[in-house]
Amino acid sequence: MFLEIKDLSVKIENKNILKRLNLNINKGEVHAIMGPNGSGKSTLANVLAGKEDYEILNGRINFKDNDLFDLNIEERAQEGMFLAFQYPVEIPGVNITPFLHSAINSKRKRMNEEEIDNLSFAKLLKSKANDLGINIDMLKRSVNTGFSGGEKKRYEILQMSILNPDLAILDETDSGLDIDALKIVTDGVNKLKTNDNSFLIITHYQKLLNYIKPDYVHVMVNGSIVKSGGSEIAAEIEKDGFQKFQ
Amino acid sequence: MNSETLNTLDSYSKNKYKYGFVTEIDSEKPKKGLDEDTIRFISLKKNEPDWMLEWRLKAFSKWKKMKEPKWANLNFPEIDYQDIYYYSAPKGFDKKPKDLSEVDPKLIETYNKLGIPLEEQKVLAGVAVDVVFDSVSVATTYKGELEKLGIIFCSIGEAIQKHPDLIKKYLGSVIPAGDHSFSALNSAVFTDGSFVYIPEGVKCPMELSTYFRINAENTGQFERTLIIADKGSYVSYLEGCTAPKRDDNQLHAANVELIAFEDAEIKYSTVQNWYPGDEDGIGGIYNFVTKRGLCAGKNSKISWTQVETGSAITWKYPSCILKGDNSIGEFYSVAITNNFQQADTGTKMTHIGKNTKSKIISKGISLGKSQNTYRGEVSFLRKADKARNYTQCDSLLVGNQCGAHTVPYIDSKNNTAVIEHEASTSKINEDQLYYCRQRGLSHEEAVSLIVNGFCKQVLQELPMEFAVEAQKLVSISLEGSVG
Ligand SMILES: Nc1ncnc2c1ncn2[C@@H]1O[C@H](COP(=O)(O)OP(=O)(O)O)[C@@H](O)[C@H]1O
Ligand SMILES: [Mg+2]
Repeated sequence: MFLEIKDLSVKIENKNILKRLNLNINKGEVHAIMGPNGSGKSTLANVLAGKEDYEILNGRINFKDNDLFDLNIEERAQEGMFLAFQYPVEIPGVNITPFLHSAINSKRKRMNEEEIDNLSFAKLLKSKANDLGINIDMLKRSVNTGFSGGEKKRYEILQMSILNPDLAILDETDSGLDIDALKIVTDGVNKLKTNDNSFLIITHYQKLLNYIKPDYVHVMVNGSIVKSGGSEIAAEIEKDGFQKFQ
Repeated sequence: MNSETLNTLDSYSKNKYKYGFVTEIDSEKPKKGLDEDTIRFISLKKNEPDWMLEWRLKAFSKWKKMKEPKWANLNFPEIDYQDIYYYSAPKGFDKKPKDLSEVDPKLIETYNKLGIPLEEQKVLAGVAVDVVFDSVSVATTYKGELEKLGIIFCSIGEAIQKHPDLIKKYLGSVIPAGDHSFSALNSAVFTDGSFVYIPEGVKCPMELSTYFRINAENTGQFERTLIIADKGSYVSYLEGCTAPKRDDNQLHAANVELIAFEDAEIKYSTVQNWYPGDEDGIGGIYNFVTKRGLCAGKNSKISWTQVETGSAITWKYPSCILKGDNSIGEFYSVAITNNFQQADTGTKMTHIGKNTKSKIISKGISLGKSQNTYRGEVSFLRKADKARNYTQCDSLLVGNQCGAHTVPYIDSKNNTAVIEHEASTSKINEDQLYYCRQRGLSHEEAVSLIVNGFCKQVLQELPMEFAVEAQKLVSISLEGSVG
């Protein structure tokens, strides 16, 4: 199994957020998680990425034959886990080029691959930016600093394309995007998609799923997955909302 | 703050100082302690004219009556001025070597190790370097080329011999010997440092740079630097400094004077990396430095950029006296303190002329158990019509046992003055660290990147040749696992 989440219960500040959650993802699959605000979607994404504020009460997670809890944040990233954040943080004064260059090389180092040099990396970054319709001028700015919501999301997708993860988690990457930006973002995902990588797409609108075809849709309510199925579930939610799952 | 952050910070505080080696070389010193004989010894060693000795002795008699200034937020035991050597030179070093073949190979090797090659074929391109070892200037590169343009770049000792008129006129003209006890002390016992004169209308085509190295034990270093930019000229000057690891504290008390005439510009950059002491606060340099620039002429400009990462104690306020109308003073500073380091640094901008402008950007980063203070004074005199100041002080706390303090004074006697002040203090942002690490950067790399980003506004003011080095230095002063 590529990613296996078993009976996961998580708490933060005396509040139980995830409750005996189970989820399996195979290589090459696209999964969507839908759920109302506050149901624990971002918490799940952060626990997968290794954010340290959470208390794991129960359960285990396997990722590419590793016990995920044995790896820290950067080791998980280097193993091919990528999280496109719901709210990407601004890092003033840090230019995207050296930032991503270090990121890709730390991953290559872990995989015992040769590091990529300055020039080849700059080329790679430019061509990916071009593919995604991202203005080259945006590459001169500091990470996320002064970006609009939509620009930040596009930047996350750019980073995802560069780092070429095995498992990409997109946390509400669609929210706040207009149709053009949504197309850019979903294009990015579809271009990256192969039989060897997997996507976990968190959203609470059905709209995104018109552009990215998920193999599975899960409904998350109050910290658990209450229903799983195909795209038809998304249509149900679009029509009736989450009420009937609660 | 989570546990992983604390672990990384802990490893940072055990940071290794790369320049801590000692050069085994016999040195010549007078007896320990300070009296008139010490000063006569120094003056004789330097083969100085009588007027210079008189000047020193006058300063000494002032010093005897003075007490150390006490305004700084610093804690350290009383300095025993009688327990210090005031001069140290490699044995047999009576005169500055004419060329490199006369320089002790051990010295050349020392500078190679420090990344400052002196050999003709290897010298840094586009940078002329004067290297000072303990109390003496060892070598100056690119001298001939500069002479063709009428630029004087030599050790201060040499300038006293060859350019007495300039020295008599300008030495002590910006920092009077009696200004405070450290300036009096320096005036009495200064040993070496650099002298620069840029003639009218000449734009100095390369960076001028001095590299100071303290090697000998229990020895103070009292450097003296004087830079004069004549009308319409330009010069960019950079100093760097390192010292071996020793358990005793060592005193460094420098005086640097800058004078910019009409339409002239001086850019002065410092990368200060004296030995900071170990993780228990043992050893390290006491760095008491007086730097002051006079914008004497109309439209002149002086800009100070400093990256302060070393020293157990830093006491330093590079200042500008904005006398000429429309003159500009700038101060860009990064001060990083770790372990038990203490820094009290900032600037003084004195607006005298009309339309004078000053700009202050200060970035303080505190780690470990260190204390980091920005202290600034901006004053507008009566005639400083329409003068302006912009001050921005940002402090970053990396850890929770350190301190950051901001002490800005403003004094305005002219109500047309415009003053803008911004200040911020923040802890290193866990969300930023999380973001960087999620992309695969190690915790250390993430801290270093964020801190470098925080300092960028200042680092980008450094000459290109040194900006990369300075970034590395910033990272190293944070790192635990280097070497
Ligand atoms: N740091 C935190 N401290 C306390 N409560 C939190 C914290 N983070 C999230 N929560 C709570 O956990 C619940 C789930 O939040 P989240 O995972 O962000 O939901 P979603 O992404 O599905 O909207 C919410 O009730 C939220 O208020
Ligand atoms: Mg969320």
